[in-house]
Amino acid sequence: MKKKVLVSLIAATAIFTTAIQSFATVIAEGSTTVLPFAQKAAESLMDSNPKIDISIRGGGSGVGINSLISKRCDIAMASRSIKESEKSDAKKNKVSPVVYVIAMDAISIIVHPKNKIDALTKEQIRDIFSGKITNWKELGGADKKIVIVSRDGASGTFETFNELALNGQKLSKNALMQTSNQAVSQIISSSEGAIGYVGLGYVSGRVKAVKVNNIAPSPETVLNKTYPFSRELYFYTDGAAKNEAKEYIDFVLSAAGQKIAASLGFVPVIVKK
Amino acid sequence: MNKEKAIKALLTGAAFAGFIFLIGIFITLFAGSWTAIKNINQMHFIFGLEWMPYYEPPEYGILSMFISSALIGFCSSLICIPLGLGTAIYMYEIAGRKQKKFLKPALEILAGIPSIIFGFFAMAVLGPFLQNLFDLPSGLCILTASIALGIMTVPLISSISEDALSVVPISFKEASFALGANRCQTLIRVVIPAAASGIITSIILAFGRIVGETMIVLMASGGAIAVPNSPFAPARPLTSTIAAEMGEAAYGSLHFSALFEIGLFLFALTFILNFAAEKVGKKYRLKLGQGR
Repeated sequence: MKKKVLVSLIAATAIFTTAIQSFATVIAEGSTTVLPFAQKAAESLMDSNPKIDISIRGGGSGVGINSLISKRCDIAMASRSIKESEKSDAKKNKVSPVVYVIAMDAISIIVHPKNKIDALTKEQIRDIFSGKITNWKELGGADKKIVIVSRDGASGTFETFNELALNGQKLSKNALMQTSNQAVSQIISSSEGAIGYVGLGYVSGRVKAVKVNNIAPSPETVLNKTYPFSRELYFYTDGAAKNEAKEYIDFVLSAAGQKIAASLGFVPVIVKK
Repeated sequence: MNKEKAIKALLTGAAFAGFIFLIGIFITLFAGSWTAIKNINQMHFIFGLEWMPYYEPPEYGILSMFISSALIGFCSSLICIPLGLGTAIYMYEIAGRKQKKFLKPALEILAGIPSIIFGFFAMAVLGPFLQNLFDLPSGLCILTASIALGIMTVPLISSISEDALSVVPISFKEASFALGANRCQTLIRVVIPAAASGIITSIILAFGRIVGETMIVLMASGGAIAVPNSPFAPARPLTSTIAAEMGEAAYGSLHFSALFEIGLFLFALTFILNFAAEKVGKKYRLKLGQGR
């Protein structure tokens, strides 16, 4: 009796382990800005192809790239390009990073529709958000106090904005911190003196997006890189992607994958055929 | 016999479960905070005005959040104490049976409304209204959150206070009337002082509830990190900081641990408030000679 139980237990374990092994796991790690897109794309690919298993982890661009260099992940997600120091580290570990541009990320500066201001320079935006300019009349607008609306520090959009717009300056302490793009839009549409920022895909009719350095934010100006507050989002792999990792990246770059990017507020990159 | 023993053991376990959870929560909070307690200068943590975990170097100071919490608690009290006490006294002294039959369930329903609904109301209705009324730069401020919190805690104060009033022995009232005091004098000089323990307890509990409330302040108080200088300024209390940042703080990081320490701080704060409520309740009850 005991023997039978033992044998069946061993058999069950064996079947179980082989079942697990037949799922190849792709590990992607890195930028929290890229994470929601990578996650959604992975889920949708796994739904249509149950044999593939993709695990997505955050941590930040630096962490992802470091993981790739030390071969702890298959794909590094990054919102910046790889640094020279990281390149030489990779060489030492015999890792050759290959880059894929998977989407574009851009930030729109939004104000109330009644605000007379249509365009701001990068410097003006930095001064507004760091609290140096506090009234719209200093910029030629109405005599109204500027209300800064920001995403809370945990969001990828905050991180992006910090990097692209603030240039090392600290965000004003008087900024209202909101937990979603919708909440930011809601406040801006209801108060005339407010200014905020959202991902390009979240601009609604209730708010006005201002030009930055005289360039209006749009998918075209983002793709041709004339709009200042935009950047590319990357996947890095060790050598050209193979097998499951390749399948995943192909999916991310496919029309379906890029649609997911658009639905999350990113700008799709043009699919090369 | 064995069955009886088993049931007894089960009930004992149930009775102590709450206590064990309390200890467990305290230990978890303390363990989670340990990294922060070790690595952050505690004087800076408690008296620092800057909370900037995302910059290099990060700053972890909770004083401005503590001031926000206290100010919101104070403003809400100005709303819920008069309203709650007024309700309790009306129900005790003036309301007839029919009115009571209608008022009590209404208050109980108010008490049962989830706080997110108050938050939504504050954000979507009250905020824009106050913004137009006072011509504020933004409607999300201490006042908006305080009004919502004040309304939310009215039932808490009114129900405990009404209970306290109604257990004052009828003989007290009769003695007062016999001495020639009228209804108003009896209420103010005799009944309310006799019920003071319960009333004060209700106020302390309401304050604890307000300080610990998260959803309403997260939605309606604006969330600016600067020290608020008026009821019309936006603020970010302790609770909403944890709620807003916990989701994205990397597990095991210093930031994560600092959020735990805010939790520990809040835990201590509400613990002290509840303890005070308990003590006050006991002290005045004994004075009246009706110790239970």
